[in-house]
Amino acid sequence: MFGRRRKLEDFSAEVQAHLNLEMERLEEQGLGHEEARTAAHRAFGNVTQARERFYECSHWMWFENLWGDLRYAARMLRKSPSFTLVAILTLAAAIGANTVVFAALNALILRPLDVPQPQRLYDLTHVGQATASESYPNYVDYRDLNRSFENLAAADFCEVGLDTGKNPSSAWGYEVSRNYFGTLRLRPYLGRFFHASDEHGPDSAPYVVLTYAYWKSHFQADRSAIGRTVQLNEHPFTIIGVAPPGFQGTLQIFPADFFVPIIDQEQIDGENLLNARASDWVFELFGRLKPGISPTEAAADLNLINRQLQKIYPKDEAEITFRLVHVGVASVLGGAVKAFLGGLMLLAGLILLAACANLGSLFAARAADRSREMAMRLALGSTRRRLLRQLLTEAILVSLAGGAVGLWGSVVLLHWISAWHPFPQFPLNVPVNPGWHVYTAALLLSLASGLLFGAVPVRQVLRKNPYGIIRSGSPINTSRRITVLDLLLAVQIALCAVLVTSSFVAVRGLERSLNARLGVEPRNAMLVETDLKMAGYSRDTAPAMQRRMIGAMKTILGVASVGLVSILPLSVDWDRTAVFTNAKANLSPSNAAAIAFQYDVSPGYFRAAGAALLEGRTFTWRDDRRAARVAVVNEEFARKLFGSPANALGNYFKMWNGTRTKVIGIVEDGKYSADLGERRQSAMFLPILQSPARDTWLVVRSSDDPQQLAAAIRSKLRGLDPGLPIFIQTWNEEMDGALFAPRMATASLGILGLMGAMLSVTGIFGMAAYSVSKRKRELGIRIALGAQRREVLRAALGRAFKLLAFGSAAGLALGILASRVLASIVYQATPDDPFVLLGVVLAMLVVGLLATWIPAHRALSIDPSMLMREE
Amino acid sequence: MSTQEEKERLELLQGTLDLLILRTLIFGPQHGQGIARAIQQTSQQELLVEHGALYPALGRLEDRGWISAKWGTSSNNRKARFYSLTAKGRKQLVRETTKWKRLSRAIGRILGTETAEG
Repeated sequence: MFGRRRKLEDFSAEVQAHLNLEMERLEEQGLGHEEARTAAHRAFGNVTQARERFYECSHWMWFENLWGDLRYAARMLRKSPSFTLVAILTLAAAIGANTVVFAALNALILRPLDVPQPQRLYDLTHVGQATASESYPNYVDYRDLNRSFENLAAADFCEVGLDTGKNPSSAWGYEVSRNYFGTLRLRPYLGRFFHASDEHGPDSAPYVVLTYAYWKSHFQADRSAIGRTVQLNEHPFTIIGVAPPGFQGTLQIFPADFFVPIIDQEQIDGENLLNARASDWVFELFGRLKPGISPTEAAADLNLINRQLQKIYPKDEAEITFRLVHVGVASVLGGAVKAFLGGLMLLAGLILLAACANLGSLFAARAADRSREMAMRLALGSTRRRLLRQLLTEAILVSLAGGAVGLWGSVVLLHWISAWHPFPQFPLNVPVNPGWHVYTAALLLSLASGLLFGAVPVRQVLRKNPYGIIRSGSPINTSRRITVLDLLLAVQIALCAVLVTSSFVAVRGLERSLNARLGVEPRNAMLVETDLKMAGYSRDTAPAMQRRMIGAMKTILGVASVGLVSILPLSVDWDRTAVFTNAKANLSPSNAAAIAFQYDVSPGYFRAAGAALLEGRTFTWRDDRRAARVAVVNEEFARKLFGSPANALGNYFKMWNGTRTKVIGIVEDGKYSADLGERRQSAMFLPILQSPARDTWLVVRSSDDPQQLAAAIRSKLRGLDPGLPIFIQTWNEEMDGALFAPRMATASLGILGLMGAMLSVTGIFGMAAYSVSKRKRELGIRIALGAQRREVLRAALGRAFKLLAFGSAAGLALGILASRVLASIVYQATPDDPFVLLGVVLAMLVVGLLATWIPAHRALSIDPSMLMREE
Repeated sequence: MSTQEEKERLELLQGTLDLLILRTLIFGPQHGQGIARAIQQTSQQELLVEHGALYPALGRLEDRGWISAKWGTSSNNRKARFYSLTAKGRKQLVRETTKWKRLSRAIGRILGTETAEG
């Protein structure tokens, strides 16, 4: 294509030939040589223009211009490195933030499951409920009675002790219905999946399918693993297949190791609930819709089945309204995460907009600085279009550089997030590895923002009257009315002040949460999580083993105290039950005196956990099944049920099942759920011998080195039972996971606040620099006439400071309003805190000083004599 | 040819120059100056063709493959670039001519004069 292009010389030769022919013809008609020449040229028109037009028509021209523009832009940017650096960093931060949030949004909500035709797969959710768990008999009925799904599958999480003969370790998996893989339309990578013919009632199908990742890491991708037998919770299971690479279950943030038939529940979970219609334990029901059936129709179908079931089993069934959502993380995590990510995306978008507004004013300031140069170029015959192209090239060059830096930063961050397990004891992680979506998004964002802020000075250039500028030396327009740019800047400062305010509120809240009374002492405590049913212990044999474990811990040198608890306070897990005053006869939920957190604990727990006993006694090993039912309660529980702690001691209350229980001790209040902002809550502690649990935490208090302690604990427990999977970590580590959400919120707000402050600096800097360079002449004259430094500064920067003050005040007010919302996430976030108010004012002041430093310096160093010479 | 006279000539409508060039070339290969001359003569000096404007049009037609060009010698032994109609260009000419006739007839009717003659 380019080869066919004519050279300019060829075209010139043709034009010359034309002129010669025309001259010859005119001379034949009797004109003189010179006359003919003039006439030929007049008939032809502008020869140079024709040549230029020919040149510009060729494709080369476009590239040549672009290349020239690029080189010129790079040179101009190199000439003012601080401007370039500020612009690139601002954009990098804004685009990076957007990229990270977009990647999370993409991974968690937008990306479909990697199976054939994922758009026909729907999760069953219950309107108005956080989870959509169903009982197994209900699942079977929905599966068999519905007319909307080709297939309806069920799945639940499980954790087992998996023993391949060498090293028992805990592994996570899904208990699945036999049609699970069929519904997903997956084919095995190796071996086969479950068949309907495998199942003949409970525990009849001892087969396990491994995920590709687990097969690779634990079986070294050995094909002969198929057919081998492994022990799951001490029951033999045969490996029959390996799932395709990349598939680790329907919930992407929960990568599983294996799949087992759900009818083997007793062997896996230690209890058989396959016939219990009232226990809703099956976590996820999903199905593939028949062709032509809409999700709404299918939901109506399911609602109808629910009404029928309700009629048949009025005691077990509640009314449910179904809603179908696409299978994936979003359906399980629910609206809260969607709203959080959506809000974050909005904030990140606002930041990017603020950054663009900012860079727009920076570019406008630069364009003003260069107005003489531009006027000169216009006067010399450059077109306005060419000038604009030049400006846009510069803007896009900056935005691409900023985008590249931002993308690099976000890729680092994303890899870190992907590799991160916020909860060490669960396999949860967020697979947000950047893919082409993310790269494309970053590129588009950079281009869009480049065009956006590059367009700000356009009006300025278009309006420009070159002759006026060259004559007077500065743009004529120096009106004092509020311009769009001023407004933009004020809004942006306000927005930044909001961000700064909220980050201060968050940081303050975090600081308070660190000093909050937790009711336990996580320092110097080691946690050992064990699940005795994984090692084959029954309800009857577990207590003796637990007692042996506590005894073994006590023999470790340096251990001060040891205790056992069913559920750890301040973790993501909790159990709450209704309790009643002793006088109540009707134990329906509406009569409950309190909904209390319930913990089953061993003797010694309170000392090991560092919970202070206020009155009465704690448990002993004599508080067993034969003894009278007793409980230790916290102050709030005592107040709620008995009016005061003094009244509680020695008195009775009723459990949800009517058991009369005596209060023998009172402990201090603490925090129980992972929400540090929770209000006072009732809690009760029951002796583990009266309220047995097999899945427990050992709390081992010792000030020794955690690693040595962990090794000692491990060897002691191995000595007791080598087949018992254990998980050891310090209580502080565990808290890091549990406090993940509030800390994450604090961290995001802190980062946003920092970015807000940074944007304010660059924005005010741009504005101040602009006003100084615009009024250089005026300032020079003022200095020449003897103006004092203070007067010069006021003239040059008064406007910037006024904008800063107004913007900050508005932002502070808005920020305080916004922080009321924060109070729900961040512990004790009280915005009307003098520390916060003072902090924000100081921060904005520092921001203002930082931003106006260079322009102020420039204004003061104006040398009038130099300025006059320049004219 | 005074300035007054030039002003009275008709400016070419957008896109008609291409048609005129193709039409001129139907009589055989011609160079740029010849084409300009021919258009002026056949229109009885009614049409104003700035010779310089001819060349971008020629380049455009060449790019589209409707005409082809090669250097040759003119009747009075001068070097010139000769343009000739290609098969594709011939078809284009027929299409354009039909279109133009329909257009001028329609405009003629609207303006209330008799149908333009083709």
